[in-house]
Amino acid sequence: MALTRSQVEHVSRLARLGLSEVEKEHLTEQLSRILEHVESMNRLNTTDVTPTYHAVALQNVLREDKPHQSLDRAKVLSQAPEAEAGCFKVPKITEG
Amino acid sequence: MTHNLSASRLNKAFASGELSAVEITEAFLARIEATEPAVRAFLTVTADQARDRAKKLDGRRRNGDGEIGLLAGVPVAVKDNMCTEGIRTTCGSKILGDYVPPYDADVVERLRAAGAIIIGKTNMDEFAMGSSGENSGFWPTKNPWDPGRIPGGSSSGSAAAVAAEQVTLSLGSDTGGSIRQPAAMCGIVGLKPTYGYVSRYGLVAFASSLDQIGPFARDVEDCARLFEVIAGGDRRDSTNAGRTPPAIKLGGEPSLKGVRLGVPREYFGAGIDPEVKARIDEAIVKLASLGAEIGECSLPHTEYALSAYYILAPAECSANLARFDGVRYGHRTLDSGGLLEMYMKTRQEGFGDEVKRRIMIGTYALSSGYYDAYYKKAQQVRTLVIRDFEQVFRQFDALITPTSPITAWGLGEKTDDPLAMYLADACTIPVNLAGLPGISVPCGLANGMPVGLQLIGKHFDDHKLLQYAWAYSKAAPFDARPPLGKGDK
Repeated sequence: MALTRSQVEHVSRLARLGLSEVEKEHLTEQLSRILEHVESMNRLNTTDVTPTYHAVALQNVLREDKPHQSLDRAKVLSQAPEAEAGCFKVPKITEG
Repeated sequence: MTHNLSASRLNKAFASGELSAVEITEAFLARIEATEPAVRAFLTVTADQARDRAKKLDGRRRNGDGEIGLLAGVPVAVKDNMCTEGIRTTCGSKILGDYVPPYDADVVERLRAAGAIIIGKTNMDEFAMGSSGENSGFWPTKNPWDPGRIPGGSSSGSAAAVAAEQVTLSLGSDTGGSIRQPAAMCGIVGLKPTYGYVSRYGLVAFASSLDQIGPFARDVEDCARLFEVIAGGDRRDSTNAGRTPPAIKLGGEPSLKGVRLGVPREYFGAGIDPEVKARIDEAIVKLASLGAEIGECSLPHTEYALSAYYILAPAECSANLARFDGVRYGHRTLDSGGLLEMYMKTRQEGFGDEVKRRIMIGTYALSSGYYDAYYKKAQQVRTLVIRDFEQVFRQFDALITPTSPITAWGLGEKTDDPLAMYLADACTIPVNLAGLPGISVPCGLANGMPVGLQLIGKHFDDHKLLQYAWAYSKAAPFDARPPLGKGDK
């Protein structure tokens, strides 16, 4: 299936991924080619085939509900672009 | 020369006092300094930490303090997508260019516990997305056999460093072939373990249902040694199988008597280089001479595995990479008004082309209206690929294929054609979809470049694959060394 430029723009907003005009142009063409290749899957009838999400079957994996040592807060925050008062700091959330 | 010794030899030399950990470390740091301008395998060389560590190991040995671990005195390199406490971990990406993890990955803890000397972090395709190393956000690693060629990917630096004898062992990760393919292209051994054998705790996630960490080495014994160190239970990875592999015994007269090996015809299709096919055919004759019973078989859904993979891996990546948003770690744009704009620009500036491409494919495949047509369809095709394997494993103990249909190509040759690059992974991808173990062992040269033989096994038969690979490598020793690896430093 050929993608349109406006679809590429829509997906880039969903992915929170800014793209330049040149990138949009390239991706419109490249994604269309990749999807076209991938659509070879449609030659297979999969009506009654159960999807596999994981190759090795595992039951619900739960840990014991016991407190344990977590990462050091100061060390973790030291990696943040901006931190204040023991919290991550972000730019203003409401716009306009 | 110290740098060409095997891990088992170095471990013995360290234990007996023949070589100190400091001597070993200095020898490898010198080797790295001499060869790195040509290979460029490392993003970070941890010389100071390695020297400190070596002194401590020597002190402990002198005092008879504790056991000598399986990797005591052995220098190991770690792909830069595994967290190392206090050591920069970039994932080959500008977005994590300055990231210093506050903890060690499970495999790194195990390396340290076994006495290994971590000598550096290796270059890779950004977030492990790529087959050539050229998607690194920093620089491309070169193939030690020919600096004009790619080393394979995405564990490019880990494979090249072992091939160039810059390090004895290394860790890579394999989502669609990223250990086996560069092992093949650099003429070394690489194992992608059964999904769930090795903890993913501290591995920066690409596609969580496919990612698996595994060892690189120059011979099968060393590969088995490193696998034994890293495999095992870990509650911090909820997909870990909680299994410890059985003791792996390699030795005696190599024999494959009674072992049934299948040759799936789909892996020898149109795209295969005739020279590569010739080497694999010779390997099959050698395996038969060791007593293996060889038969042809079919995995009819092979051609669709690649399509399913190029939906599933991007879909999982688009979710996993949502965390790189300029809030908790890594790069944040300097140029933004509000939060949404900050996300968009941070990610635009921080990610390279291939990562953007995969985030876009994955987001599209998961988006409303397309989910069933792409994502669910791909999961159903995955089931068919798995059934193919189940079918042939009723008749065979393992399968033999080329690891890659072609040898290492020239740097820059495929960078403009992402689809052509994807097609090069056709022989390794189905193994990840099914969660099976796969190993690549060198089986000769084609036009001067190494060729890899892939053995695919049943779930948790990794120890058997290592035994088969060992028998093969004893019967057909691969003695060629890259020009860099010859002679003195």
